[in-house]
Amino acid sequence: MSDVMHSFDLYQPTNLDEAAKLLKSHGKKAWILAGGKDSFDWFKDRYKRPEAVIDISKIKGLNGISEKADYVSIGALTTLTDIEESALIEKHFPILSQAAGRVASPQIRNAGTLGGNVSQDTRCTYYRDGFPCYRAGGNTCYANTPTAMNREHALFEASRCVAVTPSDTGTALVALDATMMISRDGKTRSVPAEKFFIGPAIDITRMTVLEKGDILTEIRIPKKWAGSKQYFEKIADRNTWDFALISVAMVAKVDGGKVTDVRMSCGGVQCTPRRMTNVEDLMKGEKPGKELETLAKRVAANGAKALNYNQFKIPLMGNLAARAIRSLA
Amino acid sequence: MAYKLIGKNFTPPDIESKVTGAAKYAEDFRTDGMVHLKIFASPMPHAKIKSIDISKAKSMPGVVGVLLPTEVKQPKDAGHAILSNYPVYVGQPIVAVAAETEQQAQDAVDKIRVDMEPLAFCIDPLESLKPSGPDANQGGNVANRKGVKLQKIKWSGKDFAIAGDDKLPMGKAATEWKYGDVEGGFKKAKLVLEESFVSSANAHHAMEPRSAAAYWANGKCHVYGSTQSSSFAVPSLAKYIGIKPGQLNLVTEFCGGGFGGKAYSYPLMALPALMSKKLNGRPVMMRVSRGEEFLNGMARAAFQGWVKIGFAENGRILAVDSFVVQDNGATTGFWDYQNFGDAISIVFQPESMRFRGIPVLTNTPPKGAQRGPGENQTANIMEPIIEKAAKKLGMDSLALRLANVPGRGGDSAKIGAKQGPVTSAYLREALETGAKKFNYDARKKKAGKQANGKIRAVGIGEAYHAAGYNGWDGMVRITPDGKLHVHTGVGNLGTYSYAATSRVAAEVLGYDWNNVIIERGGSLKAMPFNIGQFGSNTSFTMTRTNYAAGMDAKNKLLEIGAIMMGGKADDYELKNEKVVAKKGSKSITFAQAAKKAIELGGKYSAKEVDKDLKGLTKMAAKMIAGTGLIGVAKDKLPKKGTVPALSAAFIEIELDPETGNVDILDHLLISDVGQVLHPQGLEAQIRGGAVMGFGLAATERYIYDPAYGRPNAKGFYQAKPPSYLDVPLKTDAGWVENVADKQNPVGAKGVGEPIQGAASSAYLAAVSNALDGHLFNRVPVVADMIVNVAAKMPQSNKPLQINCQ
Repeated sequence: MSDVMHSFDLYQPTNLDEAAKLLKSHGKKAWILAGGKDSFDWFKDRYKRPEAVIDISKIKGLNGISEKADYVSIGALTTLTDIEESALIEKHFPILSQAAGRVASPQIRNAGTLGGNVSQDTRCTYYRDGFPCYRAGGNTCYANTPTAMNREHALFEASRCVAVTPSDTGTALVALDATMMISRDGKTRSVPAEKFFIGPAIDITRMTVLEKGDILTEIRIPKKWAGSKQYFEKIADRNTWDFALISVAMVAKVDGGKVTDVRMSCGGVQCTPRRMTNVEDLMKGEKPGKELETLAKRVAANGAKALNYNQFKIPLMGNLAARAIRSLA
Repeated sequence: MAYKLIGKNFTPPDIESKVTGAAKYAEDFRTDGMVHLKIFASPMPHAKIKSIDISKAKSMPGVVGVLLPTEVKQPKDAGHAILSNYPVYVGQPIVAVAAETEQQAQDAVDKIRVDMEPLAFCIDPLESLKPSGPDANQGGNVANRKGVKLQKIKWSGKDFAIAGDDKLPMGKAATEWKYGDVEGGFKKAKLVLEESFVSSANAHHAMEPRSAAAYWANGKCHVYGSTQSSSFAVPSLAKYIGIKPGQLNLVTEFCGGGFGGKAYSYPLMALPALMSKKLNGRPVMMRVSRGEEFLNGMARAAFQGWVKIGFAENGRILAVDSFVVQDNGATTGFWDYQNFGDAISIVFQPESMRFRGIPVLTNTPPKGAQRGPGENQTANIMEPIIEKAAKKLGMDSLALRLANVPGRGGDSAKIGAKQGPVTSAYLREALETGAKKFNYDARKKKAGKQANGKIRAVGIGEAYHAAGYNGWDGMVRITPDGKLHVHTGVGNLGTYSYAATSRVAAEVLGYDWNNVIIERGGSLKAMPFNIGQFGSNTSFTMTRTNYAAGMDAKNKLLEIGAIMMGGKADDYELKNEKVVAKKGSKSITFAQAAKKAIELGGKYSAKEVDKDLKGLTKMAAKMIAGTGLIGVAKDKLPKKGTVPALSAAFIEIELDPETGNVDILDHLLISDVGQVLHPQGLEAQIRGGAVMGFGLAATERYIYDPAYGRPNAKGFYQAKPPSYLDVPLKTDAGWVENVADKQNPVGAKGVGEPIQGAASSAYLAAVSNALDGHLFNRVPVVADMIVNVAAKMPQSNKPLQINCQ
């Protein structure tokens, strides 16, 4: 709330090796800064006070979109605006263009990066307001009390924490079966997008597999889904500068009027983008139409546990699944 | 009437600096040696302070001063403290620290330790009214700055039990009035509707937070502040600082949004001045963050209410009974709830009416006036009910409105408890004009489910606000170079009405606008004492003051003409910035007259002024006395009755029942503003006000956690005022033509506030129509509420729950 950042040492490495060394030497006191759209909020509120801020925005090779033989590569530092405006992305993966274009506001998209958008912390208002909750190292979830204000919170996979993923692009990347490339100590590993995001049951203090010392460098999207039928929709209170109440992303292949393959994910309903496997299983081999839409509404939110104020997400989830199916007609 | 300047478009002089970024706001103040102030604020909604430890903070690097609540005057009862030793809301300033850098100041604030004992707190007025409910203030639970002293009022357990969960309980009121035979009206009625409702609070969210800077020099305090008003803010700010108005130079050249939340001065504005005083006058800058602005930047009062309306078969409203429980916030707040009664009485002209209300303290941020305080909440609640009534009576809802609204000049219109007169009223004409221009009938026929699955609907809104005062001062000066200087203390809220109203003085004197300079924006500009720029009053009030000052200058010019050229004043007239003999060819320029005025002295150059002028005006006149021909006068023109600004809005929406999303397809707003002063400015105001109204109705959130008494939506992205992507790129604006208000010398009336309420209530009426007449009886109506209705699920909030959306 103070709007005044704490003092920290700022490092601006120009290559991954330098960055890796810095991250190693500062250990838990280090913080990676890219577009800064999430970091500066934390710093200005003084709820996070890292001693060493490693600004990776000057590292060459982490920015840009390029087409490879069987995937499209997006550098983690590529801005959301560049993704939104990329003809290549629009051609192969329109749901990613649309998701990027629905993030925050034009100003934020100009500075915010894809890597930052998928790595950002949850927007739970209690956590963001400095409450000593589980996620912040405490022993209570303030968003899940009998009177908590939790309209934006989770329907699924709550484990002490009921926060949801705030990432619009994450929902699209899970549907697209993207791969996240992570560098650590000069070595690179790959993690499927679906496993990149983690829930509180795995680690309540993180939203992704990224640990101190890891740098997300690249996102690869397989061409398997290029040219497929795709659908993205984000429902929010406002048309700009707002996080999703719910978002849905779908890629599907239709042959002979029937769905032959499909991946569908949903944002805003749990700590990670949620694969809508109930709906996927329902759709495969079926003809899109009213009946399928009705059945999708029935199964989309199976297992949901509503909190005090978010029961509306249950029909909304079904409605969005139905709309995705309708887009295939 | 044919005017040279009034009713014509022009470019206000400060537009260029705003567009280019050259405009200097309070936060842009810089000077050598300036230190920075940061605040330690209450983390608790209600607490007793047991001790404050500043020892570590004082010894932090760069710290130059610490100010404690014991060093500032503490208000009585439910007053609003500058620094409080008894915090009554989260975010209330307790200690201030000044340091060489802002970061050092914040680092020191982080070292302050305040030992606090939490007290029971309240964020729901109805809870506080329960016999054993919490009181937001140890001195009581009910207070309001308009006629309600701090006191404790509790209702009986039986009051609550009888009401149940769905209906407003109604115990003892703090304010009550009645006219006509209300019970008789209900007996005669063909249809009686009874509804309980909730209207949410709204933070003001001014783009410019209430940052301020101050220094002292030669016994004078200089403050750079963000306020809607200029001279009106001086006495109250001087009082906060503890000095006389003449010792204060308040610079208020620009205001980055106020909406009533910066109506004039406020406690926080005085803080840099008090710190600077402690530092022997060293300049102090207090930059207020977005979060601090939310917590200290005022908010519209929320309502929990009940209304019962009796309609005749032809739609005429025979009786209204009403009760409003106001969430008054942590201090004496504003009298929104009292305006509920006035607004219903003028817009619907009920034949009989009873109003009861009670302002209940809560441990939420201080509530202040926000655009249409009370009147716009009223519109938002009433207009969907009017739609319901029309359906039940089998009438078109426009016809039902026309059966009740004041119009045809308003000679028979009445307002409020005393059923007093109004100066003019053309709401009927606004509705008729709007309906025609909007093709209301044709659009209504197209309403219903569309091929895309969305539901199209139209809605109508109406709103009112009192819009004009009298008895204030105007001052103009003609300098020896012949230029006209219009001195105005009204303020620069952003509507440019300070400039539009200044043109009246130029009109009276026949000036070319290029030869007019507006003197404004600070005490050193010699501002007369004007009422502030709030309450939609500027157009009416300031045209009168500038007319009075212009006429005073005109009379003096004619007299000087007679002195210099012989004969009587009546032998002369003003033409092309000259005093010209009606017969013959003799003339003198205004420049020559100004020189003569200086030579003559006395009343001509303000060496002597009317004793009826207000004190600050006399001081301002003294500042420029002897520098030209001075026209300075009190507005003594007659005025009888309330000046009503009235607006009607028409909207067409498409509601998506699957997502809760509502698209505004088209919107038209017609205002009854009397003579238009500045068409371009009025159009911009109407469009901007409508956007703000859509936020009020549809997107803005105000949420407090009932267990912790803390806000859940402080930032813009959480509180969600509407953006330009949430409204149509183009909306229509218009006004009723040829309806000059006879009690204003140029026929003008105010405009600003009912625009918002008309737009928001039209939106809500349309949403209700789209959902087959479903009444939410709750504002705002947000996506989840629509999804719940479409899915036939109950709402998540309890019927009268407050501060929850």
